Order: sequence, then structure tokens, then C-alpha cells
Amino acid sequence: MEAFLSKGVTKSKMQNAFQRILPFPEDVSQPASQPPAFFSDLNLDQLIEAIPASRQEYNLKPFFWTPLRDAELVRYRQEVMQDLEHEATMRCVKAFAERMSTVRRYLGLIEKLDFDDHKKGWYLEAALVYGEAVTTLARDLAQLPLASRGLLAFRAWVQEYAASQAFQAFFAEAQQVKRALSELEYCVIIEIGKFRVKRYEGETDYSIEIEKTFERFQQGDVDSYLVKFPESSGMSHIEAQILQAVAQLYPEPFQALTQFCTRYPSFLDATLLAFDREIQFYLAYLDFIAPFRQEGLPFCYPQVSTVEKTEWVRDGFDLVLAHRVQAPQRVVLNDFSLQPGERILVVTGPNQGGKTTFARMFAQLHYLASLGCPIPGREAHLFLPDQIFTHFQRVETVRSLRSKLEDDLVRIHEMLAQATPNSLFVLNEIFFSTTLQDALFLSKEIMRRLLDLDVIGVWVTFLDELASLGEKTVSMVAMVDPHDPAIRTFQIVRKAADGLAYARSLAYKHRLTYAQIRERIHA
Amino acid sequence: MKVFLLYPDRDFDPSQPLPPQAADLTQDLGLDVLFSAMSKGDAFLLDVSRRVLFLGSDQPQVILYRQEILKDCLAHPEVVQSLYNIPLEFLERKRKEWLWISPRHAGPGSILSGAQHMLEVSLELLRKLRKLADEHAATFASPGFRRFFSMIQQELDDAYLDTVEKHVQALRFPKGVLLRARLGRGNEGTGYMLCKPNEPEGWIKRLLSERSPVYTFSLHPRDDHGARVLEELRNRGLARVANAAAQAAAHIESFFHVLRWELSFYLGCLNLYEQLTQLGESLTFPQIAPPGEPRFSSTGLYDPSLALTMKRKVVENDLAADGKTLIVITGPNQGGKTTFLRSVGLAQLMMQAGMFVPATSFSAGLAAGVFTHFAREEDKKLESGKFEEELKRMSLLIDHLKPGSLLLLNESFSSTNEREGSEIAREVVSALLEAGVKIFYVTHLYEFAHQLWQQQAQNVLFLRAERMPDRRRTFKIREGAPLETSYGADVYARVFKMN
Repeated sequence: MEAFLSKGVTKSKMQNAFQRILPFPEDVSQPASQPPAFFSDLNLDQLIEAIPASRQEYNLKPFFWTPLRDAELVRYRQEVMQDLEHEATMRCVKAFAERMSTVRRYLGLIEKLDFDDHKKGWYLEAALVYGEAVTTLARDLAQLPLASRGLLAFRAWVQEYAASQAFQAFFAEAQQVKRALSELEYCVIIEIGKFRVKRYEGETDYSIEIEKTFERFQQGDVDSYLVKFPESSGMSHIEAQILQAVAQLYPEPFQALTQFCTRYPSFLDATLLAFDREIQFYLAYLDFIAPFRQEGLPFCYPQVSTVEKTEWVRDGFDLVLAHRVQAPQRVVLNDFSLQPGERILVVTGPNQGGKTTFARMFAQLHYLASLGCPIPGREAHLFLPDQIFTHFQRVETVRSLRSKLEDDLVRIHEMLAQATPNSLFVLNEIFFSTTLQDALFLSKEIMRRLLDLDVIGVWVTFLDELASLGEKTVSMVAMVDPHDPAIRTFQIVRKAADGLAYARSLAYKHRLTYAQIRERIHA
Repeated sequence: MKVFLLYPDRDFDPSQPLPPQAADLTQDLGLDVLFSAMSKGDAFLLDVSRRVLFLGSDQPQVILYRQEILKDCLAHPEVVQSLYNIPLEFLERKRKEWLWISPRHAGPGSILSGAQHMLEVSLELLRKLRKLADEHAATFASPGFRRFFSMIQQELDDAYLDTVEKHVQALRFPKGVLLRARLGRGNEGTGYMLCKPNEPEGWIKRLLSERSPVYTFSLHPRDDHGARVLEELRNRGLARVANAAAQAAAHIESFFHVLRWELSFYLGCLNLYEQLTQLGESLTFPQIAPPGEPRFSSTGLYDPSLALTMKRKVVENDLAADGKTLIVITGPNQGGKTTFLRSVGLAQLMMQAGMFVPATSFSAGLAAGVFTHFAREEDKKLESGKFEEELKRMSLLIDHLKPGSLLLLNESFSSTNEREGSEIAREVVSALLEAGVKIFYVTHLYEFAHQLWQQQAQNVLFLRAERMPDRRRTFKIREGAPLETSYGADVYARVFKMN
């Protein structure tokens, strides 16, 4: 593809200041080549696998592996994202991307072809689609209510490019050559073992005559037997012979095609190619969350800060969970907040009550916010951490020389050594493999260190005492249905644990009370 | 060409799913006996009878349409049999002569030749069908048959059949296939279109006009790949004519299938009619009450499945329940309550299928589905949670009940104690009535029935199975207030041979 990068069509003296649509901080020379260490603990690996799944050709994962700790750049990206939420803008950019993808496919195709007139034919197609991609993009962007710094600068750039003399001449010639070729008509007469090629001389359509005759027997109630022949992109020696004969029957349009290919040995612009890839970061994310929005799940652009550790989220949820379940609209929404001075959320409550999901969500929201993405939630104000540390129960490996408890402690020690006051911690059911008394002692020690360091975080534990260690911890509880403690609501709320059981009548359970039946049968 | 013998404006769709309550209806109403009488052992007839019965209509005009056709069938059974033989003959020849239309992946060339063969045979049978129509159309009275015969006469005139036969021959293309084409993307040939070669011009014109060049290419005899490519080009050109011919052949074939399918229902009705009248039972065409009017009146109503099983005439009941939306049936054990309930359900289903009903007179409104909730033998074995099992089934039913549905309850909610059973029955029944569901309820729940009786509601009718003072049951169901005992002791006494 690089071979087609143009010097001729790109106007070298363009004035515009447009840099790139997906910016990274100065100190990031290029996006990460590996996912961050905490990715699988937070199930972010699944998320970042799923989001660009249908866009493999763009290699987007490195973009999603590189969080920003720069509130200004996050806002720059949020603006672009917000612009793309306008349906018309989204459509315009997607149409461009689709055309660019087609251009690449056509150019790739040429490498595999055998016959000269065939190759030139596809080169012309690629040029036409490229010309249309640029022209349409420049024209359509002009109509759109853009507000982001990124897209405004890009629009100015692409309009200048599309209006340049070099590009205009290139596109006009391509269209002219194509028109002449597509007007040709010829006939092929197929017999056993031979065929003839001649000009078309007004022969009439026979299929219509037959269809009219059988019309009476065709009342739309039978399957179609119409064999669809896909437009194959290939040419056999027979078709090449036919094409050769057509070129002899009509020589001028084929000469014009050869001239075009000689005049424009390449035509793709490098800035446009970079935009085409980077804008996919935004499109991939927006496309991924669109179905969840349709189901009524809220998303919002968080206010972000690298200073202020007071934060809150209303109606947040675990995006990975929503992605995995059959009925995403039933995913439970949860609030949390860290008031001034508060640092660690301590989550207790019954098993399978949604505690781990909540802890993952807490970190996920921070991570997604640092990419510049809209996050799962109705309203959010979040701190941008410099690092995220997670500690989840892992399957014990036989090879590990240390005991599980020791292993836990070693890992936490390592994390504390690397952490700064701006880091974020997620601890999930640690010290499971020791006595209650020991677990309490160790947990308190670690908690003290975390609080001294002044990090923010969430800690899922079965130790109620941890929840009330001081003003810097916030107790949250996974709730159960007040009528039936066996039913988890997956709500995690700020409070101390309790739960009540009520037997429900069988009829109520089977939705057979008077009121329930009236509700169920509608006119 | 449309058959339209079950609906005035469409064919019956045999692929539509049976209603979810079909299995319960079969078991609770004893439908297998009815189906086997209709089919006389023919699996195809059995399947058709089941489907039409379960997928009855709630449109009065559809039911009247079928009633008229069925009356014609009862009057001309031999002609109906001859009509039925035509699709059977088609199937027979199809099997013997290997007639079939190739699937799409076989390619247009192959589709075309299969279709040509099938059309030849079909045209012959259509001419036969035309002859039957010419001979008998005048003696049929129903709008359904009159439409059918006149459609055959109009659409299959001799001139048209001749033209079709001529084209079927021409599609063999003895002089090669001429295709018109353009250059598409990448200079690849596209838009292949089958054309008729121009008529050859006179020699003077040929001399004067400029000769346009023709390039001829011959394939090397061992160029298999080239031959395949050429074959594909030919196929591209033939796609539309192959489709036209194949669709015509498939349409005629499907016409024969539908004809067989829809006539099978009427043949099933004829079979049933014959067997029940032989037992001395009466059958009548029901009156359909206008929508929205709760009506259910009948004289001489009986259970045809019971008659067919017993091979004799069985007990008949009269019922006048016009204006009633809840019919509560109480009375002694083994007094004929379940049989009565079955006769109600069967008559309703048969009416909605467009059939005659097992009664001397019958008039009722159309229901939005017939549903049953019968206490089951197997339920009774489930000691623990059988009440819950019952509730579960009721809950499933409610998912499908609609305003206007007919619900037959047989001892529902009796697997718990009388207090609780009555309580739940009251809630369920009153909610369903308000939702517009019509209910027949056979019950031993005295507290429930008695309380209803005291309310003296206009829309409730109380029936009781008759018990003579000497404990004998007549199996007659008559109007009467619920009693506190169901005389289970009688049965106990009989079984234990007391007295």
C-alpha cells in the first residue's frame, strides 16, 4: 500500500495546522504494545478484545492499552467523541472509512491479477473510490455542526486538500476514463466448444418474453430459483480473451486508461491515512456502546481531574458484564462517591451479591475515563490515577514456592512500593487463606498503609470491621431482596449490612394473584 | 392459481406452529380418537385434521365459507374424490419419472432442464383438472368451490396451455445462447443478458451496410477450465429464464400440494360424518353468534370421542347458557361432568375449524382459543408440590389467554385444602372473567361454588350432574345449585361393594 503513497496528488505547501485526531502526550512516543498488567483482573482484556473486534485491519488495541493522565488531552478526545455522537457526523466519517477500506482492498487485489487491462481496470476503480471518499468527506463535513478542536482542524485541512488543483485534475480524469469504458456494449455468443464476440446491435431481451409467458404461474408463493452470480473479482483466460476482443472492437477508451495509469502512479495521502486509522478508535467505542444505550443503559462524559480526589458516579455499571449477559437492560446500576477526605470503599455482603463486579466497575470507570471515552454511568466526576493496582484471588499454582498468604503479601508489598499518592487500588478478597484473626490483623495493617499513602481504591472483603476503620473508609453493602434473602439485588449501597426474609405465597410466586393476572392479560 | 378451499383469500399455512396448548387439549379432550376417525389410518389425513382443528379460525366468514364447502362435499363425495386423485397422480408420476427441479447450486442449465420435464407432466394433469371443472362446476353451490372451478377454467384455457408448451420446447436453444454484456468494475464483463438474435437481413442490405467485425474463439478440447468458464457465462445468461420456468413448475407443484392438503381436511370430515351417523348420532352445522355476545346454547350435545370409543350412541345434554360467562358444574363423582366438559370443548373446536358439531342444535360465539386445565393423574402422584405444579400450569396458560378465550377448568386448585383452593379459585376466576375470558369450571370446591351462588350474579350459570335418590347417576347435567357433598361416599360404597 505504501507504494501508492502520493507525492503528486498531495499539495505539499498546505497551510493547515492539523496534527492528528487521536493525540497522545509528548512523553508517549508511541502507543503501548502490551496491555497493562491489571487488564485481566478487571476483565478489560475481554472488553478491549470485543470493542475493535470488527476492525482488525486498523490495529486499534494499542490505542486502548494507553491511558492518559492529562485532563486536557482527555477533554480533547471527549470533544471529538461528542462530535461523533451526532448521527450525521458519525455517518459521514463511517462512509469515508468504508470507501478507504474499499480503496485498500482494490489496490491489494491488483497484486494478484494476471492480465494488464484487468489490472488497470481495478487501479482505476481504486482511484475513483478514493476521489469520491475525499470529495464526499470534504463536502459532508462542511454541513456538520462540529465543535471539537480535533475535527474542526481536520475539516479545514481536508477541504484545502480536496480543493487543490492537483487533486481536482486527478479525479476528473479518472471519471472521464471510466465513463467511456462503461458505455461500451458487446455480445458473446456461446456454443458447444466455441464462442464469438461482436458489437451489440440492438438485439432484444429474451428473458422478459419468457417471464411474461409464465407470469400466470408466478404468484410469489414459491422459492426463487434465480441463481445469483456474485460479481467475482477475477478473470479467467476466456474472459481475458473476451476483454481483448472488446478492446479491439473499441480501441480509444482503452488507450485513455493506459494514459491515466501512467500519469498517476500513486495517489494516497499520508495524513488522510493516519486520520482514517485513528478515527476508528472513537467509532469502535461508540459502536460498541450503542446497543447498550438503546437498551436504556446510561453513558456520560466524566469530569476528570488529576488533583481532586473527591469523586462520584451515579448509575454506574460494569460494561463487560453488560456485554456478556443476554439482557443488558437488567444490569444493575450502582452509585458511589468519595466525599472530601474519603479514600477507600470497603464492600461487604453476601456471596454472589455483585461485590466483585462492583469493584471491577470502580476501576473500569477510571480507566475508560482516562482514554477519553464516555463511561457507563449517568453522571460522573473522576480522578485520573497515575497507576492502577489490582489484587484478585488467583488459582493457586502448584509451582509457586510461597504459600498463598505469603504470595498475597509479597504482591501487595510490591504494589505499595511502586504506588504514589495518585494511584488507584482494587483489592478483592485477599487473605482468604488464613484465620479470621490473622486476616483482620493483616488487613488492618495494609489498610493503614494505603491510607497513609493516601491512594483511592475499593476493597472487597468479608471482614465487616474493615468498613469502620476511620473517616477515610466508606462502608458499602451488597443488598438482598428484603422479601427473600436468597435473591440478590446486586445493588451496592452505602450502609451497614442487614437482611430480612419473608415467605411469599405460592400464588404470588407464580403470578396468580388477582392483580397479577389482570396485569398479565391485556386486550 | 390458488386453491383457497380453507380461507376465502389465502391458503392454509401448514408450517405455522400448533398452539402451545395443543398437547393438553389432545389429552384432556380425548382428541386422538377423533383424529383417528377422521384419518382412517392415513397419516397425511391425520396430520391435516390435527392442524386444521387446532388452528381454527375466529372469523365468522371463514367458518361459514368452510361450512358451505363441507356441505358441497357431503353432497358430491365422488367428485371430491376425483379432484383429490389429481394431485395424487402428480405425486405418483413425480416419483416414477424422477421429476424434480434442481436446487439453485446446480446452476441455471440444470434447473431449466428439470423444470422443462416437470412442466410437461404438469400441463397434462392441468388439462385433466380443467375437464373435471368443465363437467361439474355447475352442480356445486359453495362460493369456495365455485371460485375454484371458475379460476381453473379462466386461467387454463387451451390457447394459453399451447403457448406454454411451445416455449418449453424453445428453451433448448439449438443455435447457441446470445448474451449482451457491458464492462463493469475492473473491466470485468457484467450485466449479462439473454437476447434473441436479430432476424437475418436480406442480402442487398447486407452488402450495403458496413460489416461489423466478429471475433471467433475455439476451445482446446482439453481445456476443461475454459469449458467451465464458458458454462458459467451461459448460466449467467440463462438465470432468469431458468427461474421463470422453475418457478412456474414449482408453482404448479405447490398448487397440487395445497389442493391435496386442503381437500384432505374435507375428506377427514366425510370420514367422521360417516362413522358417527352409522352409530345413530346426529351432526349439525353450528350457528355462529355475533362477536361480543356471550352465547352458548345447544341441544343433544354429546362427546363424539366417547361415542366412537363405546361404538354406540351416548348420553346427550341440553344447555342454555346464553349471556353467561362462567358456568360452574358441580355434582356427584362419576356423574358425567368431565364428559360434558369435553363435549363443550370439542364442539367449540370443531365449530371453529368450520366443521359440523356433535349436537342436534348448537349456537355459540367464537373463542380466542380454547384452553384446558384438568386435574391430571400424574399430578396426583406427585405428593409434594402438586399444588405448586398445578399453579405452574395455570400460570403458563395465563401467558396465552386473551380476552375472548374459552377456558375449561376441571377440578383445578383441588390439590390443596378447600379453604386455600377456594381462595385461589376466587382470585383466579374473578380476574379472568374481568379480563374477558369465558370459563366452564367443574369443581368440588364447595366454599368457592357456594359463595358464588349466594352472589346471584347474572353472568354465572350453575349446573349439576344428576344423581337419582337411589344413588344412580344418569350422566345428565342439569341446572342446579352446588351441594356440599359430591357423594364420594357413593363411589366408595360401590367400589368397596357395600350395600
